[in-house]
Amino acid sequence: MTPILQIKGVSKRYGGLTAVNNVSFDVAKGEIISVIGPNGAGKSTLFKLISSFVGTSSGEVLFKGERISDLAPHVVARRGVVRTFQETTIFRSMTVRENVIVAHHLRSKATLAGFFFGTAAARADVQTFGASADDILGFLGLGDIRDELASNLPQGHLRALGMAIGLATGPEVLLLDEPFAGMNHDETMRMVSNVRRLRDERGVTVLLVEHDMPAVMKISDRIVVINFGQKIAEGTPAEIQNNEQVIEAYLGSEDDAIGM
Amino acid sequence: MKNTTKIAGVGIFLLIVFVMVPWAIAASGRWDFYYTLTSVALLSIASAGVWLTFYIGRINIGQGAYTLAGGYVSAVLVTQAGVNFWLTLPLAGLFCAALSVLIGLPILRLRGVYFAMITLVLTEVARLTALALPITQGAKGITSIPLPRELSLFGMTLIPDFARLENPKLAFYLMAVILMIASYAALYRIVNSRLGHLCRSLQQNEELASSIGVNISYLRVLAYAISSFYGGIAGASFVAISQSIYPSSFQVADSVNFMLNCFLGGLGFVFGPMLGTLVLYFGWDLLFTTGRYQLLIYSSLLIALMMLLPNGLLSLNQLRGKGMRK
Ligand SMILES: Nc1ncnc2c1ncn2[C@@H]1O[C@H](COP(=O)(O)OP(=O)(O)O)[C@@H](O)[C@H]1O
Ligand SMILES: [Mg+2]
Repeated sequence: MTPILQIKGVSKRYGGLTAVNNVSFDVAKGEIISVIGPNGAGKSTLFKLISSFVGTSSGEVLFKGERISDLAPHVVARRGVVRTFQETTIFRSMTVRENVIVAHHLRSKATLAGFFFGTAAARADVQTFGASADDILGFLGLGDIRDELASNLPQGHLRALGMAIGLATGPEVLLLDEPFAGMNHDETMRMVSNVRRLRDERGVTVLLVEHDMPAVMKISDRIVVINFGQKIAEGTPAEIQNNEQVIEAYLGSEDDAIGM
Repeated sequence: MKNTTKIAGVGIFLLIVFVMVPWAIAASGRWDFYYTLTSVALLSIASAGVWLTFYIGRINIGQGAYTLAGGYVSAVLVTQAGVNFWLTLPLAGLFCAALSVLIGLPILRLRGVYFAMITLVLTEVARLTALALPITQGAKGITSIPLPRELSLFGMTLIPDFARLENPKLAFYLMAVILMIASYAALYRIVNSRLGHLCRSLQQNEELASSIGVNISYLRVLAYAISSFYGGIAGASFVAISQSIYPSSFQVADSVNFMLNCFLGGLGFVFGPMLGTLVLYFGWDLLFTTGRYQLLIYSSLLIALMMLLPNGLLSLNQLRGKGMRK
């Protein structure tokens, strides 16, 4: 079976700086893969390359065998590869529910003109989006705060909302950039289980960037380690924990954090 | 706002513009008032367009360019091609929409003051173009434009010939008010349909909008084109009333006013620009009596108002209860 996502020797140079340097790896359908590495290693840039938020300097990304790099973000989202943001990025002046409803854009059957004139298709879409939004909010434990203004939410809920927005697009591959940042232990564990269920119950393939090592070790099928823009290791959590190069470059000082 | 209050509000509004105003004018004999109110109605259409660009997060100080272009399109078609004014009205709107696509594609990438500054230049560019082109007849402008002819469909008169009317002032007033109502009804539908929801997503975060699959450049251009369409039909209507157009018919100051109307009425309210236009227009006229202090008082009042009511005049209503949102 061909991998759902193939990252093939992608690089991104900013002037003299090579943020991502010839990185390659494959992602199988239904996998949860974590990308780890020190700050500034190029993880976020790698996600932006995959989602076409920035263009590549060289290399390419294939989704189901077709090139998705160097297109526009909305085109890649339409194909089924959607990213969330490292910073908590939400529509601040909308309610939680409105945030998720608007994110159903790609599932519209009606045209914009159809929505203007309130055609049958448009009314059906409105119904579907509302029901699906409620479903997603319930799934992520946000049901109780659906009518809150997004700007009033605490950090933990904002992260979950970011994920809900991504999920509403109906993605096949979801790229989560630091989904557990700013969360306490309980919140993190809840999100870890949410990500798992995302894969198990909805068949979404997940790539995530995270610094929370216990969470990463717990959640990942495989881990890709990046340092100074280059991939230095790839393997199962057990393999990564015992990889000399990784320990030296990154994990060494954080023995406690990985629980080794 | 509950549906019944909404319907009541619309009913009262219709009663005022179609019954009470004509009655009051007939009773007082102030026929000149029709011209004032007609102007307010048409200016508020142009302002509604500006409001829609605000709605996608762009400060548009260039609507005067499109009112001018729309005016010239209508004037040229009526005087040089003999086209019926009523046909030139949508054509002027469409011309401006098409023009705004060409202009908007590059400039809508800019945000904040950068976009605002570029649009500020547009009105001046439009004026200079009108001065330079042979078809617009330079500084002489286009004058003696005939009044709107009869519009008929299958031999049935839909709109009578304005030149034969006893009271063309009333006819123009009705035309302007009906156009205004249609424009605001359409705007209301836009804002309260998915299109409006997507516009708000652009306004709040373009990156996030594109991550959920929204083609942001398309949507920006679409909103700007609708905005400019409004400018075009407002301009064309003005020309029909004044029966003339010059390069200076719409200036930078008009563009600034269209924007101020939106600010004043409230950017969160579809009907904000309508109220803003009314208040600003009459405010300016009232201040005329204060002579050379007119501009000073006017500016100070505006600044004070915007500081006290940053969400516009209609937010007064919201403070009382949760009314009129969107
Ligand atoms: N738009 C940009 N322009 C210039 N340099 C950038 C840009 N984005 C990221 N970088 C640089 O690329 C490197 C990798 O950044 P990033 O991918 O955000 O790292 P990470 O997410 O792993 O912390 C950093 O040195 C960063 O400063
Ligand atoms: Mg990062």
